[in-house]
Amino acid sequence: MIFVTVGTDLPFDRLVRVVDSWAAETGRDDVFAQIGEGGWEPSHIRFTNFLQPPEFIERFNSASIIISHAGMGTILSALHHGKPILVMPKRASLREHRNEHQLATARHMKEMASVNVAFDETELRQQLDQIHTLLPSRQIGTHACNSLIRGLKQFIGGVAAKL
Amino acid sequence: MANQVKRPKVLAIASGGGHWVQLLRLRPAFEGCDVTYATVRDGYRADVGKANFRLIRDGNRWNKIAVLRSAAGILWLVLTLRPDVVISTGAAPGFFGVRFGKWMGAKVIWVDSVANAEELSMSGQKAGAFVDLWLTQWPHLANDNGPKCFGSVL
Repeated sequence: MIFVTVGTDLPFDRLVRVVDSWAAETGRDDVFAQIGEGGWEPSHIRFTNFLQPPEFIERFNSASIIISHAGMGTILSALHHGKPILVMPKRASLREHRNEHQLATARHMKEMASVNVAFDETELRQQLDQIHTLLPSRQIGTHACNSLIRGLKQFIGGVAAKL
Repeated sequence: MANQVKRPKVLAIASGGGHWVQLLRLRPAFEGCDVTYATVRDGYRADVGKANFRLIRDGNRWNKIAVLRSAAGILWLVLTLRPDVVISTGAAPGFFGVRFGKWMGAKVIWVDSVANAEELSMSGQKAGAFVDLWLTQWPHLANDNGPKCFGSVL
């Protein structure tokens, strides 16, 4: 199964339209999408507006490929579970998000963790056409890197010592 | 025992999605603490197992009434919990958590989301003025007058 998710706040019609027409043209019938509220509704893939966390986890776990906005929640989950993920950044200029950070997130995640990125609809379609070649990105553990945990522990330990 | 350290009360607070996922990835840092997790969706309760969990309202700067209701609930949470440490990974609810925590005498930590790879979030910039530990997850955003970087949630 391919699981598509656009985050909870705002719809992401550009992404959903490309996935829908790709599914229609290729006969791909195992796509499930979470599309947000108030956006365009696809006709060739199954979808829902919103998923409660437990349903989200279930959909996520049963998927072999994740296609999503460049949201860190989904990216981190994909890296943790070693699932191939393809992201397209939401643009604030197109009212898809409240600020423009997803472009930077996508660029840096591509560089740092080999996350697959499509920067626009054309690139998304190209990557979908070669979806079988999509590789899982860098796998990460359950927790943050040791130096961050250590730094926080040290700070909290300092507070505790003075209580 | 003479050298026994009191268990600090920690409030770990974040909004949903990526902010919450990142907060959970910091959990080993709270070993030996009494932690209360606060976030905006009841469905996240299962993520923290037996740890204390408090539901708060979401709110962002685009909806004034929602922001006020969110802030009021978080103020109440901080007043009743009296945490020694407040830590947040964002966004607006986390900002209120560290702001009110600081006013109540807690030591407060801001970990700016890893999503903010080219500039700090707006909440993160504002929090920098008063937090006790101000962190970015990107080394190129750290500097002597700004946030420090200890690493990232990856």
